[in-house]
Amino acid sequence: MNAPVQPIHLVRQKRRQSGPEPVDAAVLAEIRATLGAEADVSRRDLLIEHLHAINDRFGQLRTDHLGALAQLMRLSVAEVHEVASFYHHFEVVRPAADGQWPEAPALTVRVCDGIACELGGARDLLAKLPALLGAEVRVVPVPCVGRCEQAPAAVVHQHPIARATEQSVKAAVDAGSRTHEPAPYLDFEAAKARGAYHLLRQCLSGERDVESVIKTMESSGLRGLGGAGFPSGRKWRIVRSEPGPRLMAVNIDEGEPGTFKDRHYLERNPHQFLEGLLIAAWAVGIERVFVYLRDEYHGCRAILERELAALLEHPPMRDMPTIELRRGAGAYICGEESAMIESIEGKRGMPRLRPPYVAQVGLFGRPTLEHNFETLYWVPEILAKGADWFASHGRHDRKGLRSFSVSGRVRDPGVKLAPAGITLRELIDEYCGGMAEGHELYAYLPGGASGGILPERLADVPLDFDTLQPHGCFIGSAAVVVLSKHDRVTDVARNLMAFFEHESCGQCTPCRAGTTKAREIIASDKWDRELLADLSQVMRDASICGLGQAAPNPVDCVIKYFPEELA
Amino acid sequence: MNARTPNDALVEAVPTVEFTLDGKTVQAPAGETIWNVALAHGVEIPHLCHKPGLRPDGNCRACMVEVKGERTLAASCCRSVSAGMTVDTQSDRAKKSRALVLELLMSDAGVASADHTNESELTHWARECGVDSVRFAPREADYAAPDLSHPAIAVKLDACIQCTRCLRACREEQGNDVIGLALRGSHAKISFDADEALGASSCVACGECVQACPTGALMPARDAGLAQITKSVDSVCPYCGVGCQLTWHVGPDKKGEDVIQFVTGRDGPANHGRLCVKGRYGFDYVRNPKRLTTPLIRRDGAKKDPADIDRVKRGEVALETLFRPASWDEALDLAAGGLKRLRDDALAKGLRGNDIPLAGFGSAKGSNEEAYLFQKLVRQGFETNNVDHCTRLCHASSVAALLEGIGSGSVSNPVADVAQSEFIFLIGANPVVNHPVAATWIKNAVDRGATLCIADPRSNALARRAKWHLAFRPDTDVALLNAMLHVIIGEGLVDEDFVAARVNGYEQLKASVAEATPERMSEICGIDADTLRKVARAYATSRASIILWGMGISQHVHGTDNARGLIALAMVTGQIARPGTGLHPLRGQNNVQGASDAGLIPMMLPNYQRVANAEARAKFEQLWGTPLADHLDATPGLTVVEIMHAASEGRIRGMYVEGENPAMSDPDLNHARAALAGLEHLVVQDIFATETAILADVILPASAHAEKWGSYTNTDRLIQVGRPALAPPGDARQDLWAIEQIARRLDLPWNYWQAADGDGRLGAEAPVARAYEEMRAGMSPLAGVPWSRLAREEAVVTPAAREDEPGDDVVFIDSFPTADGRATLVPTTFKPGPETRDADYPFVLTTGRVLEHWHTGAMTRHASMLEAISPAPLVSLHPEDASALGIAHGAQIDLSTRHGSVRAIASLSPDVQRQQVFLAFAYWEAAANHLTGDAIDPFGKIPGFKVTAVRVSAVA
Repeated sequence: MNAPVQPIHLVRQKRRQSGPEPVDAAVLAEIRATLGAEADVSRRDLLIEHLHAINDRFGQLRTDHLGALAQLMRLSVAEVHEVASFYHHFEVVRPAADGQWPEAPALTVRVCDGIACELGGARDLLAKLPALLGAEVRVVPVPCVGRCEQAPAAVVHQHPIARATEQSVKAAVDAGSRTHEPAPYLDFEAAKARGAYHLLRQCLSGERDVESVIKTMESSGLRGLGGAGFPSGRKWRIVRSEPGPRLMAVNIDEGEPGTFKDRHYLERNPHQFLEGLLIAAWAVGIERVFVYLRDEYHGCRAILERELAALLEHPPMRDMPTIELRRGAGAYICGEESAMIESIEGKRGMPRLRPPYVAQVGLFGRPTLEHNFETLYWVPEILAKGADWFASHGRHDRKGLRSFSVSGRVRDPGVKLAPAGITLRELIDEYCGGMAEGHELYAYLPGGASGGILPERLADVPLDFDTLQPHGCFIGSAAVVVLSKHDRVTDVARNLMAFFEHESCGQCTPCRAGTTKAREIIASDKWDRELLADLSQVMRDASICGLGQAAPNPVDCVIKYFPEELA
Repeated sequence: MNARTPNDALVEAVPTVEFTLDGKTVQAPAGETIWNVALAHGVEIPHLCHKPGLRPDGNCRACMVEVKGERTLAASCCRSVSAGMTVDTQSDRAKKSRALVLELLMSDAGVASADHTNESELTHWARECGVDSVRFAPREADYAAPDLSHPAIAVKLDACIQCTRCLRACREEQGNDVIGLALRGSHAKISFDADEALGASSCVACGECVQACPTGALMPARDAGLAQITKSVDSVCPYCGVGCQLTWHVGPDKKGEDVIQFVTGRDGPANHGRLCVKGRYGFDYVRNPKRLTTPLIRRDGAKKDPADIDRVKRGEVALETLFRPASWDEALDLAAGGLKRLRDDALAKGLRGNDIPLAGFGSAKGSNEEAYLFQKLVRQGFETNNVDHCTRLCHASSVAALLEGIGSGSVSNPVADVAQSEFIFLIGANPVVNHPVAATWIKNAVDRGATLCIADPRSNALARRAKWHLAFRPDTDVALLNAMLHVIIGEGLVDEDFVAARVNGYEQLKASVAEATPERMSEICGIDADTLRKVARAYATSRASIILWGMGISQHVHGTDNARGLIALAMVTGQIARPGTGLHPLRGQNNVQGASDAGLIPMMLPNYQRVANAEARAKFEQLWGTPLADHLDATPGLTVVEIMHAASEGRIRGMYVEGENPAMSDPDLNHARAALAGLEHLVVQDIFATETAILADVILPASAHAEKWGSYTNTDRLIQVGRPALAPPGDARQDLWAIEQIARRLDLPWNYWQAADGDGRLGAEAPVARAYEEMRAGMSPLAGVPWSRLAREEAVVTPAAREDEPGDDVVFIDSFPTADGRATLVPTTFKPGPETRDADYPFVLTTGRVLEHWHTGAMTRHASMLEAISPAPLVSLHPEDASALGIAHGAQIDLSTRHGSVRAIASLSPDVQRQQVFLAFAYWEAAANHLTGDAIDPFGKIPGFKVTAVRVSAVA
């Protein structure tokens, strides 16, 4: 895009002379066939689903295909293109000067360059794989794919490889591994045999009433586990008091680098989540549910598609709310609740200004109950075991359980269900088998990319909502990344700021321009601390959503806790 | 400004809240934004993405303020005030945040913005916020390359701050949906369609984005936006009937001569700042070198040959070989002398009225005052009623039906009333092309929840927003409408009270549509019966349904029947006389309403007073000080097509044509041009050597719209003021002056243009005001609108009975202006027209307009940017027909009818049906009216331009 576009009378005359060309009938037919007879082209909210169908079929999105889709959906081309070009998993391609369309890459290998994978050697993989795999295979770095405990992670088309090496990736490519067949899990029958949907039936039969269920939720102290920590019972009560129809949106866009807990539970026991979902829908009076799953979780998608079909075939309740599974398309920002709502509506995932809050004006303008996967996952267990059971856990005066996604320099990374308020040192020692061989604790990220960076001397602070704010950090989704003395936090901050820049939606100035400027400033050895402080302030004060507001955290923490690295 | 704005009715009384603003307790309506309240209290908070009139978006963050108790700052343009809130707009934290935002944006776009525009809001607010240096590195240089592919708009996104004002203007105001925000993060970029170059995109060049852009990233092409502006003149658009108010920005060109540099929209009642491509970019015809600058007289021995038209147009014959320059005195003497001789000879022979062999064509493009004086000249000076104008070719049948049915030919409700409609029935109209700004109100209404039904054989850009597009078979409107009437009556959806109180002829109508079942009519019109039922129900039962129609209804040999059907729909359902309801024939030309009002039609004196009415004649005898009854026949004069027939038969021998171009606009051009060439004496007054002028004896070089004073009445009955921005070129003169000069030479004692008003070259207000005031004395709807009020208020909707009250934007509220105050229904039955398709002529040709070209193209084809965008005659042809005929997109094709043939360029489009083609009549290279026939509607006397049987073939 460097050369200026020439004046029309020089190059475009022919086209103008004959007016706009109509969408080619063959292309239109091809797109109609690709979408399938069942596809509902009258629903704008299905735009991203339709883009997926085309992208899956052709490996890319040609602009003439976008034009055909726009015509079928009665949208303008701009409305389709701006959405398609927003999401990283869609590659919009244009014809060359001779009218030829570029070939879609035969195969793409994605190497995660999230912080845990970078610590695990992703850079090295990225450097070596292209030569090893040859020109046919495209190797690209991608932001965190949610497999931090398996760092470094690579994905051959949709086939994930844990602790990837050049050899294991090559072997997978050669073996033709392209998809992800999930490991065995509790399917519908097995889950039912173990009592799944029993609690739901108790609710429906009148054995439990809405008030008692909401009370239990309130007194359990369960808070939103996506990161914001809003008390769940209270949220149910608020949305329930709004006028119908009410909707629910479930957030499984688990994109915060370092976080993989939702995937962990979903890969094992999807029906505990689905029962929680139906109980919440029943209690709040929800008509339609939308489950938004990040695109990277191909195995989870297979599980959910299967189990939702099973559920539909044997509905555990009459008038079950409709549950639509929606596929993200590669956008961290869609984990932000209002951006996710925009995405479900088939739009660019750009957060909304609040107020109004989604509980009042959410999906399709309706009051919306929005929950993280894990929050719903705990609902059946809390109802079965009682509010006191959940609240009885906890350490250092904190209450409840937290699922920590632990990665980085520990011996045994993974999801650790531990008492809320546990300290990092306790978590490493008691749950992770200590530090990895040859590594000594230096620093840690308590809450993924956004939650800031704390030094080893603050490894005894209880980890929970509200406990880390005094230190300029927060726990968020409880994604703990452990750093050792082999690591430099300045490099970590650069990785994280590059991530935020890459994932900023671009809507508001402080985040769009701020993440870029911050990345540029910290690229050098000498950081302009005064300028960074000003930038941090405007990003925190004036960004529309949490991405921009939290993006300065790692940089601020480096300046605050690790001045020696900047000396 | 007294016409209702679209949003007025939506505003309900809201409670007031009290809150603290910068330490003061203030009150404001709940829901009002902090930004607006602050402005009302004298504080303009910095802002870039926010522009009053556009939906606030809150993305730039330049307007952040501190709200007590909140963790982050709030965007004042979006945040509503609430009771007890404490807002600090001037806290250090807020000010610092705003300054940082400006500094970030300046680092991205500041240098480029200062380079591209003299009015950068970015640099302005940076200065205001104390940002005098930028500490951040500039944006990467490859963010966006300049895009100069469009003839009218320059795109230089290096100055873009991604504020999306252009996007909201394009999509939420104009509803053109071309601009998107593509990509994301710092790469997020304004793009057109699927990121096309602007010139290759579907952009319709309304320029709303340019008007909205705060940084110069979107600007008029060729740096026109950087030109020196010496004066800005408020006026009204010269093109369509919407009547957009605009401002001409005038400054010297390279030679130091004043030209219009660019145009901006004004907040008029009809447009609220919006314009379309013609209004915004179609202004430089005024300074086209082909303008007529001196009177021309046909050379001795230069025969009038219709074939000269194409020769001159193609440049094969120079105009100077046919005409010689002359002085105004010589030209006027010759022009008037010829007319006088023909009149006096006829009078001497005892001929009267229609038998006087003279006729005049005035123009709907001229002002009310010109129209008024022109018809007065013909009636008083030619002593005949043979005066008409192109309304005959547009809405004559609509007006005939409306006058017959409800006693008034004007609209019942303004277009903008669609904002209050629940159901919009748009039939036989393509406002996106012909009334673009009116179309934006329709789009806005649909986007806010109104239901749109389009009934048109052709599709158009509004169809995407329509719930129904009834693509019925051409020429079967009556069947379609009768089916709807049948359903409404049969299903008990008639508003019985309204009918009982206000409608005559219901029983006859009921009987006449009894057999018109949806099933039977479906066979004729091709729309399935179920859909006909649904649409009829939706129209009848909505809270407020409005009908808008255009030439697709009127330009048929049964156009009056078509309009009768629409009137019947509104009457039986009572969908009239309330906001958001009614009947609106979308008027084509900027002053077609006013020209008709002023009596520029053969059967009526000003204000639709029939010439047959002795009382009316007496009134004008009094006003004009002339005993008309002696001479002026009480029978209506001839209409446009009748005049052409009379000319070819020798019954009309002399004509004065002012600003009209019948050699392009009339049907069956071979015949019409021959008739014009056969006239003994033809005087043409125009700004260009039009096709008609090439056949003239005398050509008088006239003034363009932007060179004169005048009032113009839009489709909403809104009367507005046009003002001169430029002097006419060379020795071109004011039309009003020239008309009067002719009149004086016909011995009429006129004295509008007085010595103090100049020599007729420069525009002058006083003579226009004199003509207006005389006209007003004969027209009761203008009783409350003296010229002084018009000049003061810019726009007054008529009828306006009192000077101290607004006019009536919705009329017929209590009664219709008929003898008994009731409407009369006229039953119709479907009859096929004369243009039948057969094996030789298997297609249907529909003629009309394209967005960029006005009428016969006399103005717009001389406007450089419009011509660059739309330079060639395109025939819309269905892709399947094209492939069957072996015709490629862009190929040359021949169109032949029983009347003539032309060669044009195929443009494949699914907007036309199979076996239908469409061609605009603006192109002399492929003059569409060579193809049309001159069969006319018996009541409106309008030709059936919409349906001609045609053969389509590839050029061998």
